[in-house]
Amino acid sequence: MFNHILFNLIQVLVVMAFAPLASGVTSRLKEMIQSKRGPSIFQPYRDLWKLFHKDEIVSEDSSWIFRFTPYIVFVTPIFVTLLIPVLTNYPLFFAFMGDMIGGGFILALGGFFATLAAIDTANPYGPVGASRTRMVGFLAEPVFMIVFFTVSFVAGSTIPYIVQEKWVTPPANFFLPSHVLLVLAFLMLILAEGGRIPVDNPGGHFELAMIDESKSLEYSGRGFALMKWGGQMKFFVLLCIFLNVLVTPWGLAGGQTLGAVLWAIPFVLFKIFCFLLALVVIESSLSKLRLFRIAEFLGAAFITSVAAMIAQVFLP
Amino acid sequence: MSDTTNQLLNNLNSLVTGLFLLTAFGIVAMRQARGVLFLFIVQSLLLAASAVLLGLRYTSHHLYGVAVVNLISKPIIVPWLLRKTSPSEVYTRREVDQVLNIPTALLIALALAILAYFLGLPLLNAVAPEFRGPNVPIGIAGLLLGAFTITVRREALPLLIGLLVMENGAFLAGIDIARNLKMLIELAIATDGLIIVFIMSVLTRAVQKQVGTTAVGELASLKETTVEPADKPANHRNDDERIFNNAR
Repeated sequence: MFNHILFNLIQVLVVMAFAPLASGVTSRLKEMIQSKRGPSIFQPYRDLWKLFHKDEIVSEDSSWIFRFTPYIVFVTPIFVTLLIPVLTNYPLFFAFMGDMIGGGFILALGGFFATLAAIDTANPYGPVGASRTRMVGFLAEPVFMIVFFTVSFVAGSTIPYIVQEKWVTPPANFFLPSHVLLVLAFLMLILAEGGRIPVDNPGGHFELAMIDESKSLEYSGRGFALMKWGGQMKFFVLLCIFLNVLVTPWGLAGGQTLGAVLWAIPFVLFKIFCFLLALVVIESSLSKLRLFRIAEFLGAAFITSVAAMIAQVFLP
Repeated sequence: MSDTTNQLLNNLNSLVTGLFLLTAFGIVAMRQARGVLFLFIVQSLLLAASAVLLGLRYTSHHLYGVAVVNLISKPIIVPWLLRKTSPSEVYTRREVDQVLNIPTALLIALALAILAYFLGLPLLNAVAPEFRGPNVPIGIAGLLLGAFTITVRREALPLLIGLLVMENGAFLAGIDIARNLKMLIELAIATDGLIIVFIMSVLTRAVQKQVGTTAVGELASLKETTVEPADKPANHRNDDERIFNNAR
């Protein structure tokens, strides 16, 4: 019991500590692939440090939502971390509280408040970004639903610890069409939800073209640091769900000892690094879609997820 | 062969057929003619892979023959033939005119794929368990999606590819039902396909020479508008450009 609480805390610490690193590695790799040198991979940590030591300015006309949101955005990924397998392949102390759908709801709550806060200050660009985020969000929602339906159809459960077992027992299950197609569909979802390139440009500084960035334009100082850190953790948690639950359960700790759990950290980080390599290649070889083409991109994701379900039905 | 190997082969075959279905959806929705051709090549490779996997699974040498014939005819000869005979306009122009917009077309395609399941179900229930693979329903789905592509597209090359997708679908179902078909028949089918490609692309070329475009969907309205004589240089690509030229 005590062990499990400790492991849960270690999971949270890992997510908090390494989420900025993942963001730094991504931007460094991206610059390298474009034959530039790029900032240090520790730059996000320095940014956060700097922002925490700066003054915060809050508009007089904003309501409690604006002041409250950074904390919600920061805390929701941590809650999800308690539910999902980040380091262990057995459920930990808080895992009984929710399944994958519950995790999705909690992450969506953070997004919901970020959208409200963007509208709250009546800054001209905030509502634009907020309404665009909602557009991407409601197009991504059916795909999430079908992915979860297919997962529960194949594995008989939406509890992540049962789902990840299913894909490798027996090992031939790894090649189930539903598995591979689900991975494809979820990859497209991560690109859309994480604001990556075919949908949104994370490195863009042009307010009219922003989707995700423009929601935190009004924040400064500590609030901005929390928003930034929360966004990085949300992406990290999505990667953990994708890599540990949907792609493979390999590299996770199976033993109940502290050593086994700590030993799993480098494996998980290695998996995330491999994924980031693939992500950078995807981001550098595609161009950003025009706003109304996003519907087609997410339509393709929807078709892929439904094809996963159809292929599962067609199995003898 | 051992049980685990058989299961692995079954799963791999299902995966290949699942990807086959995905490429069929892609062919319905893809904008550029070049992309449609690329997806068709991928689909033909997947068909050959399915034949090889089924050949391994049921130790049938005829299926290897099917795979070889497929590998030579579709991914290599068909694109080459199209390059040689089709007008180059087909590859350079972006096709944006579809009868339906893309999300609607995809949703209808989805309904067709589910319909294919209900069409395939009585067939699957009628045969011995060893024939109940995913090939038959997904083959039927490919057939329907190919027909649907022909319905919604208005450009010559995607129409032709739609026809070939129908053939691919029929083939995918066929290799699971008739695993020991004579090589002669396979060759005859493959040659038939190539002749269709040849005739269609020559026809496209003739249409382009006569009308100045390969967007054959616009031919329906020829009766109402006056057609420019064929000896005029056929350089207008679409209506906008024609209006622009007239204005000048």
